[in-house]
Amino acid sequence: MTPPRIVVVGGGPAGVRAAQALVEAGVRPIVIDEGRRDGGQIYRRQPEGFTRSHATLYGSEAAKAQALHRSFDALREHIDYRSETLAWNVTTGQLHTAHTPSGETAALGFDALIVCAGATDRLMPVPGWHHAGCYSLGAAQIALKAQACAIGSRVVFMGSGPLLYLVAAQYVKAGARVDAVLDTSPAVPTLGALRGLLKRPRLLLRGLALKASLRLAGVTLLNAVEPVRIDGSPDGGVSGLVVRDARGAEHAFACDAVGMGWHLRAETQLADLARCEFTFEPLSRQWLPRIDACGRSSTAGVYLAGDGARILGADGAEAAGRLAALAALHDLNHARGQALFASEQTRLQRTLATMNDFREGLAQAFPWPHAHAAALPDDAVVCRCEAVTAGELRRSVLEFGSQEVNRAKAFSRVGMGRCQGRYCGHAAAEIVAAAASIPVEQIGRLRGQAPVKPLLMSAQQND
Amino acid sequence: MSNPLPVSGGRFVRLAETARPALNIVIDGAQATALEGDTLLVALLTHGRHLRTSEFGDGTRAGFCLMGACQDCWVWDDAGHRLRACSTAVTEGMAVCTTPPALFK
Repeated sequence: MTPPRIVVVGGGPAGVRAAQALVEAGVRPIVIDEGRRDGGQIYRRQPEGFTRSHATLYGSEAAKAQALHRSFDALREHIDYRSETLAWNVTTGQLHTAHTPSGETAALGFDALIVCAGATDRLMPVPGWHHAGCYSLGAAQIALKAQACAIGSRVVFMGSGPLLYLVAAQYVKAGARVDAVLDTSPAVPTLGALRGLLKRPRLLLRGLALKASLRLAGVTLLNAVEPVRIDGSPDGGVSGLVVRDARGAEHAFACDAVGMGWHLRAETQLADLARCEFTFEPLSRQWLPRIDACGRSSTAGVYLAGDGARILGADGAEAAGRLAALAALHDLNHARGQALFASEQTRLQRTLATMNDFREGLAQAFPWPHAHAAALPDDAVVCRCEAVTAGELRRSVLEFGSQEVNRAKAFSRVGMGRCQGRYCGHAAAEIVAAAASIPVEQIGRLRGQAPVKPLLMSAQQND
Repeated sequence: MSNPLPVSGGRFVRLAETARPALNIVIDGAQATALEGDTLLVALLTHGRHLRTSEFGDGTRAGFCLMGACQDCWVWDDAGHRLRACSTAVTEGMAVCTTPPALFK
């Protein structure tokens, strides 16, 4: 029997654990990683020559990061690892890749494709967010983790979600100056949220400890704020930030950098190009690919795992990656894979159920402030790529009758720029829905387009 | 070469890992120093306040996501090739331009 051709996209926790399961079953997968090194975003490895310890870099998650890195190092010879490589399209039975530095492309035939594409920050536009010095929370963390830098000399963090407090605390610990952490969510989560959060009490306590450590360090912490604007100039960049508290009082902070984000959004473009079905999840107000309890998508042979399918975090991604790989082997009638699948399926699914309860608790505790996005002032830039404002987007609805996001995109170009809607898409959908007075789930979803990221014109076609 | 001191006027602040060997690069024709292992984005933003100017007239830009998703950090090498500064490592002698090649101006 010829060995199955299996391609894993992603070198983070889900991708590495998927590859490991395949190798254990005797299969040599191709692993496509956009990064220079394995680890994904969460366990991103610092470049060679950096000397900080795992404990310094990953804090309470150091042991898990180290375990993942060691697993990958042990796998290295048993997989076909292609780093700095973008998976830019999926066609029937084929994954199309491009090596970023050389531009060399390849078309990889597969019997099973396991997509572990991860997530990016979910952003909400704030008037002034296009100024130089405004970064995503993830960016702020990468600057520190991978480059030992702070994004500025006086930093304010704003948004919501666990990353908000984690990044702020990591900055303080590393010696950066953090002036404030401004959370759009209420300080006390609802009972419904708590029920989910208590499924992982250790994480809940860690979150509370982070907040306490920030307060102790003299960082201003505000909850239930509404972002008003980021001050700055076209040449000089960010110079301050203003929020409004629940009582309507404005608070201004001087700073030269802002890190902001509202939890995460899944990278689902490859699933979209593979024609996987999507469903709207009211809780997170995101369109997510439909998957079964093992990570099977609606497209035969295509499996989805990790934050690119559901934002379960790193621990959930490790379990989901392994389970999706074993399910793929099971479906391909691979004998050793079927044996592993049979013995591990129940345990892995139980882990994922706990992670999902916690995910739902987080989504309730740190909600996406969609009403705020819908009410952005007309002059606020929604699309940072091409400086398109909320007013221009509303005009596409009111004057051109766009009742669907892809039509609104065609008229306004919001979602058509360099980031392909990754950072404006969620807010744009809320703005269009509010302007058209229809629920956001009924205005459609921005379709993924190939290439999922810009390719150089010089990319060589070798397939 | 001794460890370079933090450069004043930069946007990013180095907090650690400053004992790495120094590299020489050229930014818009001017000599500059980076550290081995720096991304191009960090090398540029430890010297200056921005990476490029938005072609849509709304001012300077200094990157946004640092994970290769937003494409805000494009700069160009001396041959006119586009580089994504956040995911490009600096190398000795590298010359970069923060404005696009003349063809596209």
